[in-house]
Amino acid sequence: MIRDLHNRLISKEITAVQLAEQYFAAIEKKDRDIFAYLTLTKDLALAQARKTDEKIASGEEVGILEGIPGAIKDNICVAGVRATAASKILDNYIAPYDATVVRKLKEAGAVVLGKTNMDEFAMGSSTENSAYGPTKNPHDFERVPGGSSGGSAAAVAGDMAAWALGTDTGGSIRQPAAFCGAVGLKPTYGRVSRSGAIAMASSLDQIGPITKTVEDAAIILGAIAGEDKLDATAARSADKDYLSYLTGDVNGLKIGVVKEYMEGLSDDAKKSMEKVLEKYRGLGAEIREIELPSAKYALAAYYLIMPAEVSSNLARFDGIKYGFRINDAEDSGVENAIPKSLLETYLDSRHYGLGTETKKRIMLGTYALSAGYYDAYYKKAQQVRTLIRKDFEKVFDPSADGVDLILSPTTPTSAFKLGEKTENPLEMYLADIFTVTANITGVPAISVPAPAVESAGRRMPFGFQLMGKWFDEENLLNAAHAYEKSQSTKPKA
Amino acid sequence: MVCKLVIRKEQIMLSKTDVQKIAALARVGLAEKEIEKYQKDLSAVLDWVEQLKEVDVAGVEPTAHIAGVKNVLREDNEEEFLNREDIIGLFPEAKDGYDKVKSVL
Repeated sequence: MIRDLHNRLISKEITAVQLAEQYFAAIEKKDRDIFAYLTLTKDLALAQARKTDEKIASGEEVGILEGIPGAIKDNICVAGVRATAASKILDNYIAPYDATVVRKLKEAGAVVLGKTNMDEFAMGSSTENSAYGPTKNPHDFERVPGGSSGGSAAAVAGDMAAWALGTDTGGSIRQPAAFCGAVGLKPTYGRVSRSGAIAMASSLDQIGPITKTVEDAAIILGAIAGEDKLDATAARSADKDYLSYLTGDVNGLKIGVVKEYMEGLSDDAKKSMEKVLEKYRGLGAEIREIELPSAKYALAAYYLIMPAEVSSNLARFDGIKYGFRINDAEDSGVENAIPKSLLETYLDSRHYGLGTETKKRIMLGTYALSAGYYDAYYKKAQQVRTLIRKDFEKVFDPSADGVDLILSPTTPTSAFKLGEKTENPLEMYLADIFTVTANITGVPAISVPAPAVESAGRRMPFGFQLMGKWFDEENLLNAAHAYEKSQSTKPKA
Repeated sequence: MVCKLVIRKEQIMLSKTDVQKIAALARVGLAEKEIEKYQKDLSAVLDWVEQLKEVDVAGVEPTAHIAGVKNVLREDNEEEFLNREDIIGLFPEAKDGYDKVKSVL
């Protein structure tokens, strides 16, 4: 899609300003129902688009992203624009700088349409935890778009953005992409700078693209990846031309599948996965059964490591330097209101500014790190993390005839209905069961649309996930691209 | 993928005092009526992660960091904050360019 738009711009079939205006018109028409966007950045977008038009008019050669409109998840900073992370505590926060990925996209000439809705502080798998209300799935307004990057996925799937950025800590790019029928890529940890993204869990977070096609994801990755002196963990990531690796040739590629992952899927989902495997076999790839014995503990380890890091990262939201602050005894609604002390500024600002799930995870993490519990909880989870990583190293080991990629469903089901999983929070956590392992180990992972599945009388999008070796986005993207290419040559059903 | 929600016989149950202590450490104010809900929810998660007890981690190094980089340094040079005014503009209460807060001592 991005290449098509690029061609239309350079052939002067359409101007960048017209393209941006078309997208704003689509947003005007559809977003009342979908609610993908929290903030629109019309002035910024049109100013950027005008620059593109000037370049094209003067005959300058322009890059493939020049003038292409997209959306940014609201936990990633765009200078001068509100960044709320979908939380009341940042309702009035105007980002004073661009995140590195935003700066890079702006340098590539990309146009920013606005900031998208998400679960508060990226905590959730449905975008129902947003302080501003949920986003709807464009395929069925009674269903969730997934989370936490639900707004970004809905914007792309709903044709209200040509690309979008999300963040992924336990599956928050891939799961909403799968629910909405889009492509979602979580790069290797350390591939993309996290500077300017409101941190959730620093050893797990990654920024990545949500797009219509794999080629588009490769284009965005190429623009945002690379070293950054502002993020020490992105210190050794060299810029690469990912597009050049998309040959579509997967002959001899070894794809590992864990048998247990297919159990517990609905019959239709199993059929969908079987079709995907069959397609890869047809393309010359070898499908092999593999074992990841410790992976079944990944979700539990995640729900200790992540809250622990959250409790540290969210300590800064205390009403002091920015955001929501309760100072006046009248505001608080607390019985026996007394003049606020500094301690009460913290307690009340966080009490009223932070949502329930956010407070829950902060407290969980605080407990797991507290004296007397650190070893049993946090340290234990870190050790389990090592075991899971070793499992992956083993199956990927070329000297031991290992596989190149691991294939699984992205999620156990297609998109569930709004309100369906909010009663039992543990049930919501299980939505991430296939995605967390990539964050725990740091490997890159992509969700690609698989054949749609039947769900309560509707055909809904369903995704399959590929996980690759560390810093091997090339093979990952190529394999995903090969599947996608093979689908587009099928006769339309 | 087998990951059942098993309700075990001896469930972990945090007490009201536990929750209040944790909330105080986390500097999160809680209303009296909220405490029970957090007791239940936190206990449910802690109970569920108990499954990690089954894992034998003898001699296993904890992973704190997965990017594999170490001691990433830069030159200690002064840089100007060009957006100083924007940053000060974010203070909830400002006075003479300072962030005004309640007395610290």
